[in-house]
Amino acid sequence: MVQDKGNKIAKYILIGLGALFIIVMLVIPLVTVLSYSLREGWKVFYDAISDPYAIDALKLTLLATVVTLIVNTFFGIFASWGLTKFKFKGKQIITTLIDIPFSISPVIAGLVFILVFGRIGWASPFLSAHHLKIVFAVPGIILATIFVTFPFVSRELIPLMQSQGNEEEEAAALMGASWLRIYRKITLPHIKWGLLYGVILCTARAMGEFGAVSVVSGHLRGKTNTLPLHVEILFNEFHLTAAFAVSSILVVMAIIILVLRNIVEVRVKKEE
Amino acid sequence: MASLINRVKSKNNNIIPGFGLSMGITISMLSLIVLIPLASVLITMGGMTFHEFWANVTDKMLVSAYKVSLTCAFTAAVINGVFGVILAWILTRYDFPGRRVLDGFIELPFALPTAVAGIALTTLYSDTGWIGSIFAKVGLQISYTTIGITIAMVFIGIPFVVRSIQPVLEKLDRQCEDAAMILGASRTRIFFKVIFPEIFPAALSGFGLAFARSIGEYGSVVFIAGNIPYKTQIVPLLIMGKLEQFNYAAATSIALVMIVFAFVVLFAINIIQSQISKRAQG
Repeated sequence: MVQDKGNKIAKYILIGLGALFIIVMLVIPLVTVLSYSLREGWKVFYDAISDPYAIDALKLTLLATVVTLIVNTFFGIFASWGLTKFKFKGKQIITTLIDIPFSISPVIAGLVFILVFGRIGWASPFLSAHHLKIVFAVPGIILATIFVTFPFVSRELIPLMQSQGNEEEEAAALMGASWLRIYRKITLPHIKWGLLYGVILCTARAMGEFGAVSVVSGHLRGKTNTLPLHVEILFNEFHLTAAFAVSSILVVMAIIILVLRNIVEVRVKKEE
Repeated sequence: MASLINRVKSKNNNIIPGFGLSMGITISMLSLIVLIPLASVLITMGGMTFHEFWANVTDKMLVSAYKVSLTCAFTAAVINGVFGVILAWILTRYDFPGRRVLDGFIELPFALPTAVAGIALTTLYSDTGWIGSIFAKVGLQISYTTIGITIAMVFIGIPFVVRSIQPVLEKLDRQCEDAAMILGASRTRIFFKVIFPEIFPAALSGFGLAFARSIGEYGSVVFIAGNIPYKTQIVPLLIMGKLEQFNYAAATSIALVMIVFAFVVLFAINIIQSQISKRAQG
């Protein structure tokens, strides 16, 4: 290929512009979190992250994330099976409906659960008759988190399984293998990295969800506060260092997720 | 054997087991978690006259919030469009030290919790922050203005544009470029005449996704916006405000407007994407 001097200059200018953009827009905010969290020393940092409210918030975030992962992985496995191994009418409609949570503002995701389970909600008479509480309580937080991350796993699996075809599964079925056996022995080994990739993306979003959870939480400290909500409270009360210290836990989790994502992504490309 | 498969297939549609089970689970979970809660918006709207709805969605404060949300999201999407093309280009076409790291960083806005991004950007661009203090010297305030909102929207939107364009650039056949170069076309000319038309639909689709996401985004924008009525209030923030006043009718009306708007944008993106796949096949 022809290479000239102007070409090289253009190359360096473009790389410089791109790198500058990433540094200013993405790297510096990340450095801000870490440096502000430590600006008053390790003691203040440690006190902020070992505060009982912060620990409760961390526990709730982990609980909501784990439940969300179980539910959405379960859904993703069955949805991707039904939507890639069979031909039927209305398949496209179901695929589109599954993606709805992606296109909806997180605030609206929270709002819909208030409209179902809240004081004016249509399920409210039933709930109060049975002394159940969903919104402004832990179940609401988990539900809202499941809603916003609902498509993540199925969305990774569907294109992957489509590209792999059905021949092996058909052969196994003809030989009389059960569904579970086919899935464990044939399908799963082909899609395991794709599944893991979806789970990783789902984790990232679930642990950081703010808008939807904020609507249904009611902000009860020690009870319905997740880590991102705890960050908000600290920040709004001008406990800047503490807010950033708690944030740094989330930043570390985000960085681990990013590294895992990049490792797994290479494997997924091989599966395709 | 093949004829056997075909015979069984034509009768049962498929010999693979698990159709009833998997679609049963899929449809019930989809209904319980997404569709029924979402239908509550329409149920709540049912108890409202059109006049009430119209009054709710044309409230003066809300109209100014539409303007803020739309202009900031549009500006941010344009900025992301430009830098998205540059980033996708250098990540696919050039080899340089740190390319993998740069590529990994693009995904940061997806992985970083929005509230953390929000407080980091607010502090960074406030009058005492590292970047904000530089602009404060020339009298330009960023945090708690529409500039700040736009920056937060650039932050959350950039991965959408880069990740839309990257695969198209990777698959692009370089023969056309080489041919154009042999024929004596300049680099700039080749980019705008040969490459740009190819990546334009992908860029537009990324632009649309970033735009739609920015309109609905809450966590990373709410802190830097500062919630000043008629100036820096965004639409999701007003839904939140109505909820805090227990004005569910108004909150639901605004939500409906946002849902319809998001669907229109996504519908447009789908049309663009179907054209991309047509082009890829043809």
